[in-house]
Amino acid sequence: MDREQDLLTGSVIGDEGVLSLEELARACGAEPQWVVELVAVGVLEPQGAEISFWRFRAADLTCARRVFRLQRDFDASLDAAAVMLDLLDQIEQLRARLKLAGLDVE
Amino acid sequence: MEFKDYYKLLDVDRTATAADIKSAYRKLARKYHPDVSKEPGAEARFKEIGEAYEVLQDPEKRAAYDQLGNRWREGQEFTPPPEWGAGFEFTSGGDSAADATDYSDFFSTLFGNFSHRGASTRTRGEDHHAKIFIALEDAFHGGTHTITLRSPQVDAQGRVVLRERSLSVQIPKGIRERQHIRLAGQGAPGIKGTIPGDLYLEIHFHPHPLYQVQGRDLSLSLPIAPWEATLGATVKAPTPTGVVEVKIPPGSQSGRQLRLKGRGIPGEPAGDLYLALAVVLPKADTEQAQQIYQTMARELAFNPREALGV
Repeated sequence: MDREQDLLTGSVIGDEGVLSLEELARACGAEPQWVVELVAVGVLEPQGAEISFWRFRAADLTCARRVFRLQRDFDASLDAAAVMLDLLDQIEQLRARLKLAGLDVE
Repeated sequence: MEFKDYYKLLDVDRTATAADIKSAYRKLARKYHPDVSKEPGAEARFKEIGEAYEVLQDPEKRAAYDQLGNRWREGQEFTPPPEWGAGFEFTSGGDSAADATDYSDFFSTLFGNFSHRGASTRTRGEDHHAKIFIALEDAFHGGTHTITLRSPQVDAQGRVVLRERSLSVQIPKGIRERQHIRLAGQGAPGIKGTIPGDLYLEIHFHPHPLYQVQGRDLSLSLPIAPWEATLGATVKAPTPTGVVEVKIPPGSQSGRQLRLKGRGIPGEPAGDLYLALAVVLPKADTEQAQQIYQTMARELAFNPREALGV
């Protein structure tokens, strides 16, 4: 029963760590233990020292979901997915620089 | 609804073995994976092949699909035969790539009620994700954005149906690309009275005709005349919040960057606007203009290729 639409106000996930370990895991459809592994291999760098105080940013969410898809879709190990992630980041940075230089590579 | 020719989507024969299908899928998955591929439409294509693979890699689903015969063609209008699915029991699972939200109407109708993956053990609804594209201006002034989402829902008969719903969302001032807006409770509904999941909206900007965006900073290519570059000048430049006057230092060249502090995306701190100067030469399409160029050629001892040693 959609009547007059309410205007929804959400919370912004930006450069400040706001997502807890459980929230990030749930957003990825994964288990918290998997997120702990991502932190251990250095893919994610949460703010906060202890696990219960870890807070993740927007970039962590993007990274984690990407690794999740790469692992799921290519049967990749965490390390292999982490390497893919680094390479993809590098490509993105290079593309951005090309674009700034007016050389669109699409 | 449109018929999906899963064999054609994976580019395999109807007689292909399970190994052929797996290898065809893997090859296409590498090519069209949205994280890796720059092919146009990669994401849609990847979902299609994921769906095709989910059906063809599963012996039960494939057998049921094969029963439809080969009289249908890709994209053709399709209604499932009344006896559809009789005598088949589909098991959930499979290692395909598709998310529950990504299936076509065709798939959901044929296999939907059997493809719910492991969701029943969850204590709350799953979180959902969507990308939204907003105008850069919305980041400057704030705004509202209406999104239409298609999501699978379990109806009273326990079947999965695709439901469309639209949401109006407040876009806060200062939002930047790849930030997310989390809408609590707008994800998948909880099962049997548990809490629903959240909806994450990943922010992207529509390409802007003038500005390029990097994080909170913007850049703009600012055309200037040769005399403005060499002699210095005060010129007008557009910014997202209005026209400003900018001082061009004497002796500027194309490519020189001027930074307008705080003229980027608002926030604490606000971003900057970078102006990349681009010297534009006037045409020599009148006699007078030609004379001016000829005078310059004669009177300026100028070799632009000096650094090349020629």
